[in-house]
Amino acid sequence: MNDEPAFTLSRRGALVGGAAAAAAGAVPIDAGAAPTGPAQPAPPTVPVRFTVNGKARALDLDPRVTLLDALREHLNLTGSKKGCDHGQCGACTVMVEGKRINSCLTLAVMHDGDAITTIEGLGRPGDLHPMQAAFVKHDGFQCGYCTPGQIMSSIAVLQEIKDGVPSYVTADVAGSATLTGEELRERMSGNICRCAAYSNIIAAIADVAGAKDVA
Amino acid sequence: MKPFTYERAASPAAAAAAVARTPGAKFVAGGTNLLDLMKLQIETPRHLVDVNRLGLDTIEPTAEGGIRIGALVRNTALAADARVRRDYGVLSRALVSGASGQLRNKATTAGNLLQRTRCPYFYDTNQPCNKRQPGSGCAAIGGFNRNLAILGTSKDCIATHPSDMAVAMRALDATVETVMPNGQTRRIAIADFHRLPGSTPWVETALVAGEMITAVTLPAPVGGTHIYRKVRDRSSYAFATISVAAVLRPTNGTARFAFGGLAHKPWRVEAAETRVDGGAKAIAAAALAGAQTTDQNGFKIPLVERTLASVLAEGAAA
Repeated sequence: MNDEPAFTLSRRGALVGGAAAAAAGAVPIDAGAAPTGPAQPAPPTVPVRFTVNGKARALDLDPRVTLLDALREHLNLTGSKKGCDHGQCGACTVMVEGKRINSCLTLAVMHDGDAITTIEGLGRPGDLHPMQAAFVKHDGFQCGYCTPGQIMSSIAVLQEIKDGVPSYVTADVAGSATLTGEELRERMSGNICRCAAYSNIIAAIADVAGAKDVA
Repeated sequence: MKPFTYERAASPAAAAAAVARTPGAKFVAGGTNLLDLMKLQIETPRHLVDVNRLGLDTIEPTAEGGIRIGALVRNTALAADARVRRDYGVLSRALVSGASGQLRNKATTAGNLLQRTRCPYFYDTNQPCNKRQPGSGCAAIGGFNRNLAILGTSKDCIATHPSDMAVAMRALDATVETVMPNGQTRRIAIADFHRLPGSTPWVETALVAGEMITAVTLPAPVGGTHIYRKVRDRSSYAFATISVAAVLRPTNGTARFAFGGLAHKPWRVEAAETRVDGGAKAIAAAALAGAQTTDQNGFKIPLVERTLASVLAEGAAA
């Protein structure tokens, strides 16, 4: 069933080990939220079947597993990132049934039968999705951590404009939105970039949309 | 998250019955607010009833000429609906002023009404909060409260309700439809849906245990110019400091104003709507009568007045 590469990468192992060593002796960040006491037994697992990047998947999950953790930890699809894990940063953005959502704020078991697309489903090295290629061309990133979420959102934003979804800066909600920098920035506000590559991200989206003079 | 069991409901009535009979049970719809709070262990349900696939995700015309919005209609779908954009523009504008594109794709109509306050002391589990832990006290009173309520507060709570959508629905005289655990249905006017804190701030709505929202209905369109103006600390993806939902010059020649960011419910004073000839100052004075401010949030009173002036100017130019 699971034919994604196993976690044998030394870089990731080194990072995980490094983080664990750094955390040793430090106060757990969520000490206030996690009461002490005997561990509670895990609840019964729930079967869930969905399609990820066109491939049928079947998992048996603790209901607490978010869609993001199912993708990353159970299907080894680590392109979707865990930034804040609270829906504030957008790094976990994936498409479910064609709509962008924060995969950290939904349970995997709520998606039985759904079709999910992650950054891994868009393109491959040498065969990039046009939005991926535009991000490279316009330098739409620095560290790259937010980039998978930014790209998923960028693609969704152009579709939402086509579908007539208004935004807070759309002058006439009964009409259609025009492709301006203001529209793109408003619609991309759910994706935070710590490196502040925002202007180049807007340039990449505008390029794909064929919009000229977007500032 | 604390452990919980999970079931997919078969019908709205079955979902209501399941939540009523299972200790510590809650409905889960979009989950965008509930899961955030579960990760922080502010919400610790022992059982979740998934109500996502019950066919409650359509917007239908009503016999009275209005629309019935299914409880599970996503915020984006509601904001983008052609009838809503044409006839209830204030609702479309309020919806897209809230949250982010990703959250609006997931968040539902009923969940938006039921979302919890974003008071920082409700979120800080190291602080007392009467909503989170009844009887523990309110750290917001005397704390950092510049963004908290000035109307309908009590000595036990000064939290606001964070919804933008509900403010527009208040201006549109919406009605909440529910099903009870025994299968009976009822209708609750939006004005009576959210509760002010009083001495029981943890009781936030008129719903009883297990009662499930099935739809929100809007009366026939009233015409007029629809404006939703939201003032906040950053220009996107932030909760309101104050907001104004306005329907100006509807077919009967009046005006309607509902306000967000001022109380634990959308704030509307119908008597203030007869004061339009007096301008923003007169409307604000009537709408905000009885406001009780702290040393940090008194600025909301002139802010409402000035935002109203801006809204009236926009309406006059429309």
